[in-house]
Amino acid sequence: MTNLDAAQAASVAERITARPLDPITLDRRVPPFGSFNITFLGIELRRKLRNRRTIIFTIIFPVGMFFLSGYPNHDIPLTAVPIAQGGLSVAAYIMVSMALYGAMMSATAAGGAVAVERAQGWSRQLRLTPLNPVANVATKIIAGLLLGLIAVGATYLAGALSGIHMSAAQWLSSGLASWLLGSTVFTALGLMVGYMVPSENAMQLTSLVVVFFSFVGGLFYPLSMMPPVVQAIAAWTPVYGIGEIARAPLTGSGFEPLAMINAIAWLVIFSLGTILLFRRDTKRV
Amino acid sequence: MKSFGSVRAVNGIDLTVRPGEIIAFLGPNGAGKTTTIDMLLGLGKPDSGTVSIFGRSPRAAIAQGHVSAVLQTGGLLKDLTVRETVRLTATLFADPRPVDEVLERAGIADIGDRMVVKCSGGQQQRLRFAMALLSDPGLLILDEPTTGMDVTGRRDFWNAIRADAARGRTVLFATHYLDEADAYADRIILVRQGRIVADGTAAEVKNLASGRTIRATISGVDESELAAIAGVETVERHGDSYSLTTRDSDAVARHLFTATDAYDVEITSHGLEDAFIALTTEGSAS
Repeated sequence: MTNLDAAQAASVAERITARPLDPITLDRRVPPFGSFNITFLGIELRRKLRNRRTIIFTIIFPVGMFFLSGYPNHDIPLTAVPIAQGGLSVAAYIMVSMALYGAMMSATAAGGAVAVERAQGWSRQLRLTPLNPVANVATKIIAGLLLGLIAVGATYLAGALSGIHMSAAQWLSSGLASWLLGSTVFTALGLMVGYMVPSENAMQLTSLVVVFFSFVGGLFYPLSMMPPVVQAIAAWTPVYGIGEIARAPLTGSGFEPLAMINAIAWLVIFSLGTILLFRRDTKRV
Repeated sequence: MKSFGSVRAVNGIDLTVRPGEIIAFLGPNGAGKTTTIDMLLGLGKPDSGTVSIFGRSPRAAIAQGHVSAVLQTGGLLKDLTVRETVRLTATLFADPRPVDEVLERAGIADIGDRMVVKCSGGQQQRLRFAMALLSDPGLLILDEPTTGMDVTGRRDFWNAIRADAARGRTVLFATHYLDEADAYADRIILVRQGRIVADGTAAEVKNLASGRTIRATISGVDESELAAIAGVETVERHGDSYSLTTRDSDAVARHLFTATDAYDVEITSHGLEDAFIALTTEGSAS
């Protein structure tokens, strides 16, 4: 026996005796909450933040777009109230739009993680654990909310540091609306697509669709300056409603009831789609 | 029973398994091995009949950590490290074994910080094994467990399995390495077309395809003469050399040496591979 063999044999023996020879127990528990837990959520978030594309869409793009297209308008008043008298600037309006866009993109990615998991076979691996599929979806939704919070927080921080003025109530209400509406509606969209198409490319295509909806919904370009036909169609697209609601605190003129109906309708559509496709996925064993 | 269209993939596989047994599940491609394993794990439902493990449904047995598995189809997340993958999986169980312990036992403690995407096939297979050890299951199901492992890896792997079997862990593994089944399984189950065609120890299964093969170079005889020798079952000709199968190789060899000019005589016993071929070939007695 060579020294190497002896060393290997010793390491194997050590590995075997490192474990007491207790018999395998039959006394077992089922984990609570379908195995939902904070460590699982933490690793899920860390995965997302490690992904360069997520960072670009969540932080770099909205902050960069704010500085490129928003900040240069900080002298242009948004309403009839002049900026010198405490009025808001067009830059503030664009800041909210960009924060909402960041929240939407990161939430779409968080929900769409199920597409990658299914494509890579990880969802099948999870079937070998006690994890309840509902707990997995809940983890994705919370991750979507937290990533959305990072996106809105980063954009608002950039705005505040560059001298955007709003009342505390406006910061808070527009921020909460961008965060919660953008995250929930688009996490649902991401989940729906994820359960529909198990492919790593599905989410890249979905991101393009979200960019398109953002244009049509008036996030990048004021709807009022678009042709009437486009405006009429825009009111039916999923970004229009949440965009109007999130920016309403700034204009002071409120939002159309149609905007609220639009936002709720799309949340319901994406959520129902997710539930139906999720059921199909968990039934197909 | 499980059918796909008109094909009956699995048709009445009855198994009683004792705690601590290491069982090899052998069969040609399409014999129903994977279908059976999927049903045991609740990944597939039988069209009729029920699956019960530890007196529970497969899903309940998994939730309680009674059963775990290393599957070929189970994917890993590329953007996690080895340790993160095991840590994440550990959080999903009620009373998991320590992460370091399972990494050590699977032989991947030294690559804990490596990203999964950078791991070799063998390392990913060890990672799946580490994850399967977390719940300290009473039944461990392995589908081609040592695929991609080198010789040392394979030996370490089976040493770990043997140590756990002594604690009462039952191991059911599907493999296409017949020598592995021969060397490590207490019991071999051969399946063909969804049915069990042999069930026993390696020696018992080999005996089912009993007899030996005699190869010899012989001139001046024809096949019918050889086939007429008492005890010869089949004759195959390859040029001047012949292969004879027989249940009484001593008598046949004695005849060849005395009554013919046979030379270069070789007598081989049937290995597990011959038994495998004999028992799983279309049209063979079952």
